Amino acid sequence: MNKVAIVGCGNTKFTKDELPIESLLLESTKNVFDTTRNLSQDIVDGVIVSTNDNSKYLGAILSELSGIKPKISHTVEHLCSSGTSAVISGFSYIASGLADIILIAGADKIGNPGQVLEWDKSRGEFNHPIYWASMFTKAHKRKFNTTEEELAIVSAKNHKQAIDNPNAYSHKPYTISEIMNSKNVTDDLRILDCSYPCSGSSSIILASEDLAKKFTDLPIWISGIGQKTNSASFMKNQLTTFSSSVIAANDAYNMAKITSKEIDVAEIHDAFSVCELMAVEDLNLAERNTGATYTRNLFNTEDRKINPRGGLIGAGHPLGATGISQVVEITQQLQNNAEKRQISGAKKGLVHNMSAAATSSSVLILES
Amino acid sequence: MTKFEDELKAGNFVTSECMHCMKIVWPPSDYCDNCFRDVNWRKVSLDGKIIEWSKKGNDVFCIAEFEKTIQIMGKIDGNINALKYGQMIKLTKCLLEDKHRFFFSLTNN
Repeated sequence: MNKVAIVGCGNTKFTKDELPIESLLLESTKNVFDTTRNLSQDIVDGVIVSTNDNSKYLGAILSELSGIKPKISHTVEHLCSSGTSAVISGFSYIASGLADIILIAGADKIGNPGQVLEWDKSRGEFNHPIYWASMFTKAHKRKFNTTEEELAIVSAKNHKQAIDNPNAYSHKPYTISEIMNSKNVTDDLRILDCSYPCSGSSSIILASEDLAKKFTDLPIWISGIGQKTNSASFMKNQLTTFSSSVIAANDAYNMAKITSKEIDVAEIHDAFSVCELMAVEDLNLAERNTGATYTRNLFNTEDRKINPRGGLIGAGHPLGATGISQVVEITQQLQNNAEKRQISGAKKGLVHNMSAAATSSSVLILES
Repeated sequence: MTKFEDELKAGNFVTSECMHCMKIVWPPSDYCDNCFRDVNWRKVSLDGKIIEWSKKGNDVFCIAEFEKTIQIMGKIDGNINALKYGQMIKLTKCLLEDKHRFFFSLTNN
């Protein structure tokens, strides 16, 4: 299997603006071309779009708007983890030898239709993500005695970290008290414990080992991949662990031949505060039953190891862009190019992206 | 509209079941997810138990489990402070309007 590197990155700002999906995709793609040396349209073998938008044929449309005539172009949709699913598709084309250079562009608009899985009838009228998040939160409180303050710390940390992310949706810091006293969405969920849908786009360029250094002196290698789909129905989930994430993480660590202890920085899918507390344990970044203590320590010591760009809660959650934006952040961290967000000496990073209440998960390991 | 939705519209809560594999096929589907044979359809027992619950405004909602397999979310008619994990409930009404809707009440035991 050929090695695959990330050699270029691009982002738009995440906003409330209702922009055309094609414009969003083109903007982050332009950003990649503007910032990646020696990248020209004629050498791009594939264009893969990640989105939940209802527009059709976006791979071809983005190719045309970008002046690319690729061998491969298509869209990947997998709800909130569309982004990492597209990255894994691009990886596979290059690893198999079918392509050498692939553009992955992800985007969604603020009102995108990927937020509610209409097919899942077992959720009844409670089909919005706030309801599964309330069930996870209530179960976590009941099993682990998790407090409102421990949940609020996740949000306070990620909002604070987002201040140094120029592309984040939110640049406003919140105190733990403000978060705990923010509007009740349900009895178990505050509005500031929720990530916000928004408009935004992120793109990367993947390259084969032979070509990687043409574009950057610091290619970042995708060394581990794990993906698992347990179901589509939320009602088949356990409520206090993301079992799909556990499996995906183990597969990714095994492929990269590393342990979780070697991870220097991680982007975690904090769709809601409780998700980060669960995920740090499921990814084995924190010991079992210590997720809240682990997160409190990060907050108190201003350690940005988890979600340095602000996570989904601080940066916003444009579904199709999210996984790619997470990859961009870890890439910049490993290139020592993350400015105020930089984790000193980061060599190995992890991306955790999941869909529909963690019925499926993706985990990527990146290394410099 | 699926068989499940046809029945729900008539107020019936049904599940698919594979008579070859002797298993409930849930979520409802036209074919068994194990052997791909045609399924049978039957009414679900109305007696279930609470798995988890919360409240939005005046609406108390919960995950309820039926026949140790089928989990659905719906509204429960009861004081949230009286609810307990594993507490027995009964499905009192189900219907299909703009959304699928399920309603439960607490039972005495």
